[in-house]
Amino acid sequence: MSDLPPEVEKLIDQVQYEEAGEFPVERGYIYTSCSSTENGNPLFWDDAIAQEITDGPIAPPTMISVWFRPHQWSPGRTEPAVPLQSHFDLKEIFELPEAVMTDNTIVFHEPVRPGDRLRTRQILRSVSAPKTTKLGTGRFWVIEVEYLNQRDDLVGVESYTGFGYRRGEA
Amino acid sequence: MSPTSSTPTTKVMFGDLHAGDALPELAYPVTATTIVLGALAARDWRPMHHDYDFAVHRNGTRDIFMNTPNQAAWFERFLTDWSGPTGRLGRMKFRMKGSVFPGDTMVLTGVVEQVETDDAGCGWATVLVRLTVDGDLKTDCTARIALPTTDADNPWTRRGDQWKP
Repeated sequence: MSDLPPEVEKLIDQVQYEEAGEFPVERGYIYTSCSSTENGNPLFWDDAIAQEITDGPIAPPTMISVWFRPHQWSPGRTEPAVPLQSHFDLKEIFELPEAVMTDNTIVFHEPVRPGDRLRTRQILRSVSAPKTTKLGTGRFWVIEVEYLNQRDDLVGVESYTGFGYRRGEA
Repeated sequence: MSPTSSTPTTKVMFGDLHAGDALPELAYPVTATTIVLGALAARDWRPMHHDYDFAVHRNGTRDIFMNTPNQAAWFERFLTDWSGPTGRLGRMKFRMKGSVFPGDTMVLTGVVEQVETDDAGCGWATVLVRLTVDGDLKTDCTARIALPTTDADNPWTRRGDQWKP
């Protein structure tokens, strides 16, 4: 029998936070990301090669989460926005002040291209019973994020395992 | 700066692969700039990736540490340095067992675990990648990457039911 509060139980497998990215996929971030890892893959630097192999420029597949992360501030916003709101909701519900991500799975579908506008939706898949690790005591949860482009093509599915915890109880 | 092996002429073919093949090792000296640049490139503004005091006193870690999306980007760079641009990532799963901090030299190694052709004719390599620091495993990653089966094959042209990542 689950020990989860009803407010969490009812969220399991439900689509939440359907959102559009705050800006179109753009090459400045692609160059910055490639620069951060010294990634010289010519798909991202040489348009002729991108045309030949990928029918035009694309973004590195692993940048998928970049396109849904909100600005830290924008007009009208009074609190810093956070990505993966479901994760922060669970921290608050369980009163767990700290959290880390432990596992990440990404499945890549249609390539993401400059100019694409991605939409995302978050789905809570599971929440564990209380666990104690070297970080502290808390719970693990699994949240999936689905990404679609402006043509409703699935471009990727990302699964995060988070551990929300309270320090000093290990 | 680290050597980059990915060039327009790099093209690993599916038929040339065997289970047990090793990928070229990548060793990289991590600095605070590496961590901060990677976090900002990923639009990750969380303070544990740029604020030493927050990382140490709130998170209980010894320093700021590399964020999740930037680790994914390093794994992608490592894999496509090897495969060349015709290699197309299908799936990546990784587990972080420890953090990567400024001052660490991270070492990425990889081994082909399995090669297979799916029922759409796509050639896949499953590669096990390890990110270590001083021999300690920090993150392990399993990646599935599609590679050309013939000179005329290009995994990037696959769509719909021809692409089964």
